[in-house]
Amino acid sequence: MRYAHAIFLGSMFLTCLLLILGCQREERNFRQSPASAAVVNTIQVSDLHPGGQQVASPTISNQYEESAYAVSQGKQLFEQFNCVGCHANGGGGIGPPLMDNQWIYGGEPANIFSTIMEGRPNGMPAWRGRIPANQAWEIVAYVRSLSGLLAKDVAPGRSDHMSGKRPPANTPRQTPTGITGAPEQKQ
Amino acid sequence: MKALRTLAWIIVFGLLGCQSNHSSLSAAGPQSKNIEWLYWLIFWICLAVFVLVMVFFAHGTARTKVDEQEMAPVMENPEGDRRARVAVSVAVTVTVITLFVVLAFSIVTGNTVEGLSSKNPVTIQIIGHQWWWEARYPNPQADLTVVTANEIHVPVGLPVVVLTSSADVIHSFWVPNIQGKRDLLPGYQSAFWFQADKPGIYHGQCAEFCGEQHAHMGFEMVAEPVDKFQNWLSQQRKPSAQSTDPSVLRGREVFLTHSCVLCHTVRGTDAGSKVGPDLTHLASRRMIAGATLSNESGSLAGWITDPQRVKPGVLMPANPLPPDDLDALVTYLRSLQ
Amino acid sequence: MAVVQTNPPVSATDSLHQRLDSTWREPSGFGGWFKRVHHTTIGIRFIVTAFIFFLLGGILAVLMRLQLARPENKFLGPDRYNQFFTVHGSTMIFLFAVPLMFQGFGIYLVPLIVGARNIAFPRLAAFSYYIYLFGCLFFWAGLLLNTGADRGWFAYVTLSGPDYSPGKRVDFWAQMITFTELSALATAICLAATILRHRAPGMSLNRMPMILWEKLVLSFMVIFAMPAVMLSSSMLLLDRTVGTQFFNPAEGGDVLLYQHLFWFFGHPDVYIIFLPGTAFVTTIVTAFARRHIFGYLALVVSTISIGFLGFGVWVHHMFATGLPQMGESFFTAATLMIVIPTAVQFFCWIATLWHGRVQFKLPMWWIAGFFFVFMIGGLSGLMLASVPVDTQVHDTFFVVAHFHYVLIGGAVFPMFGALYFWVPKMTGRMLNDALGKWNFWLFFIGFNMTFFTMHFLGLRGMTRRVYTYVPEMNWGWLNLLATCGALLMGVGVLVFILNFFWSRKYGAIAGPDPWRAGSLEWATSSPPQSYNFAELPTVNGREALWDAAPNQPVVAGIREDIRETLVTDSLDGDPDHRMESPGPSAWPFWAAVATSGLFIGSVFSARSVLYTAVPVAITLIGWYWPRWGVSQRRKATEVWSE
Repeated sequence: MRYAHAIFLGSMFLTCLLLILGCQREERNFRQSPASAAVVNTIQVSDLHPGGQQVASPTISNQYEESAYAVSQGKQLFEQFNCVGCHANGGGGIGPPLMDNQWIYGGEPANIFSTIMEGRPNGMPAWRGRIPANQAWEIVAYVRSLSGLLAKDVAPGRSDHMSGKRPPANTPRQTPTGITGAPEQKQ
Repeated sequence: MKALRTLAWIIVFGLLGCQSNHSSLSAAGPQSKNIEWLYWLIFWICLAVFVLVMVFFAHGTARTKVDEQEMAPVMENPEGDRRARVAVSVAVTVTVITLFVVLAFSIVTGNTVEGLSSKNPVTIQIIGHQWWWEARYPNPQADLTVVTANEIHVPVGLPVVVLTSSADVIHSFWVPNIQGKRDLLPGYQSAFWFQADKPGIYHGQCAEFCGEQHAHMGFEMVAEPVDKFQNWLSQQRKPSAQSTDPSVLRGREVFLTHSCVLCHTVRGTDAGSKVGPDLTHLASRRMIAGATLSNESGSLAGWITDPQRVKPGVLMPANPLPPDDLDALVTYLRSLQ
Repeated sequence: MAVVQTNPPVSATDSLHQRLDSTWREPSGFGGWFKRVHHTTIGIRFIVTAFIFFLLGGILAVLMRLQLARPENKFLGPDRYNQFFTVHGSTMIFLFAVPLMFQGFGIYLVPLIVGARNIAFPRLAAFSYYIYLFGCLFFWAGLLLNTGADRGWFAYVTLSGPDYSPGKRVDFWAQMITFTELSALATAICLAATILRHRAPGMSLNRMPMILWEKLVLSFMVIFAMPAVMLSSSMLLLDRTVGTQFFNPAEGGDVLLYQHLFWFFGHPDVYIIFLPGTAFVTTIVTAFARRHIFGYLALVVSTISIGFLGFGVWVHHMFATGLPQMGESFFTAATLMIVIPTAVQFFCWIATLWHGRVQFKLPMWWIAGFFFVFMIGGLSGLMLASVPVDTQVHDTFFVVAHFHYVLIGGAVFPMFGALYFWVPKMTGRMLNDALGKWNFWLFFIGFNMTFFTMHFLGLRGMTRRVYTYVPEMNWGWLNLLATCGALLMGVGVLVFILNFFWSRKYGAIAGPDPWRAGSLEWATSSPPQSYNFAELPTVNGREALWDAAPNQPVVAGIREDIRETLVTDSLDGDPDHRMESPGPSAWPFWAAVATSGLFIGSVFSARSVLYTAVPVAITLIGWYWPRWGVSQRRKATEVWSE
């Protein structure tokens, strides 16, 4: 077997490729067009429905949730746009915490996008027109990483500042409650 | 000999180009002048050593060279070795002496370069950001503190102390015509001194790799006479220019109702965010985008619309504004003298 | 003085050959490939693999040069360029220079030069190769999958930390370090043990050829330097994956700590790359000046002192960080001090040539190239040692020029010299002379075009690691010149490859000693037999073949039916005892597979270390499981004196 060497090398290399292939984790697409902002109008923010029949809400996937770069951009924007002022680093304060499984206005990407863009009563400002859509989607991806909803290899590690909590990459997954992620009705 | 002459010409031509506003060999201050002197000293020493060693190597090889296909038998040369021992000892001694000369001049020059101090220097705080420079001229009276970006003015002939720090990663502050570089390390603050002697506009550049747009993290250092510098400082202290021109007012509205306001400060308006450079006196600067584009309406409009085309990876998002809004915004920004 | 061949040609002792060969022959077949443990096999594997990565790193360099050929070029863009320059640097240092210069040539040559049948700890050497290979594949698979490291070959924090380097790119880099340094450490142990305990009888320390001294010093440098970088890269990995705070300034971490740890390895590493170069130069100069090296003692002392001083200069990479001036001056002095032993080496080489009888064959061309190129690099290093000048040229293209002059001058030129010198030993055929000259001149001219230009760019303020530059800087034509030079260099290397394959088929038969050189590797056939020497040689002087007595004895009484080797005294090379050398085994391969699993797993999940440790334990137990037959044999042959 004179070519054992080459066969061996080739097979090892292919295995390595297959192991890691098919992930968008490392993409740094600086001019990526985000998921459409128009879909927001179709997002329901309440679990109450006339007639009691649940209408399935459309799922809008956020492509940024697969890109570690986009999530880290979202993290940076989360700090720079002073989201930390109310939500702290996910633990909450003036605003609700973002690292638990409770989602008052829904925990799907589109719900969170809509919450950021349109604002919510009692304090959440509407950022439409201020935050460009693609940056908002990046923030959405980061917000969801805080409760462990993103893949571990995409979620950010620890920050370079004081922080008492675990990095998102090491946070156990908090399964959102309810279909839109809204809290369960108190009987 | 011919090769040597060619080499000399290459060196001369290569270095002639060093007369520019971004070169370590075109000194415009006492620090860079001292360093340049030391550089040339070591250069000539090195050149002499190089020529000597090459001559000895070439001669040593040529004088004993034999042109045979077969490998010659092994030889012994005790008499040659005795002479070689003397020669090598002499050469080592000369090496040691030369190294001491280099060391001594290096330490003396180092002391001179570092030795600048003054009780009353011009103080500038430089904070490195990905990928721009924040410059603050602190004043005990808070509202007299000047904050600007990417264009640093210094008076000619006065000692300047720069207090360095970094907001994110390691950057390195370097204006080759004025002084050597100094790293801006997160978690560290340091002070370093220089003085500019020749008025002029010098180019500066981040010298430590700091990410995607490290290449375009430039700035300009404007060295000007003291009175001009003072004028500039008092101009920069003022809040932004107020205008009644309707297109300027329209642009101001665009600025305040779009994403600009989330990152930039324009003093005298509601825009007060510290994420990006302070734009209060943007129109007074020569360059934009980290000394990458000249400050003209066209490049400004292009930069606002699609910064990622000019500097891929930069933190400023694209702003696809309608043409009217863009025009008005550019008019407004151009009015911020 | 007569040139004596200690070992008669193979044919003369045919039955001996058959007996030895059946004991030492490498297993064949696909399965056998994973079991081979002979040092010539492992050495050639190292050399071939490292040379392939030299080519790959070179391709990246050419692509980078194309990007820089004109201002504001859009050929690569920052993201790709950052990956390319990082992977280029890391490949050249970690996957090419150290593995080829230190490990490959060391494992191949040292046992031959000491006159041994095999390297000490042959299975560890095999393990070292597999770990290195898996590290290479892991790192380059990363690049092909857009996970190529992009933070520079020294990956300074905080830029490489979790906050500013999302994804797994830096983790791949950090684990590649663990792979290659583990491999280098394993090789260092094998080489040090071989040199200290397997030298032919009569080869006392003061009769060791210079190349052995250099490999010995190198092995100890590797043992002391590599842990520092494994530590810093592991700390970086922990910061990134489990959220430790080693380098977080806000929590009391320190960004300068990383730089100290990295350069405490990084500067000795320069010498780890350069010292093998000097070893080749000494060997080739000796062979082609047709005389013993001049100033043997001075060379030994300067090699050892470089080994020590190399650890005392690391701060000269950090002059721009604003450390206290007194401290920086100390490191200037230390850096200038290390010039002295280097200068001594140069003077000794020149003296050897001066009073020799120089035959200017192909390897000597590369040594001449080395003299020219390395002198320039060393002298520009003198400028960098001076704190004030360094603050101006640090992190500019001047530094890029400097370290390419030092590393290509100090490693690649001697490497080509060594290849032209030793490839006939490895393949049995001479390399072509005309192609060799084309190779040399293309490479030499291209090299100087590329890198001499960069001195000017650096002085004119072009900082390193920039993916482009604005046209107003007027750096365009110099950069274009450099790019053309890079292409010439590339063609030069291609000529070498052509030469190699041409010579494998049509090259002149080399015979055991084509250069009539003096050290023991020339005493055996080319390529060497599976057992290296039919009869173990003894040594009478520094150049074993030149100094051999007319009736130089050989070692008798070593068993031929098992893999027995002779262990000698470290100082005098007196025979001490006989030892059975381990035979072929697939365990090193499996242990390397398991260890790689652990390293790769830890990139993705800290917890995986727990369960990937199980296969590592199993394979190591399998590897070291006592063999009944061997231990019985050992007991039976034990001789108790006194």
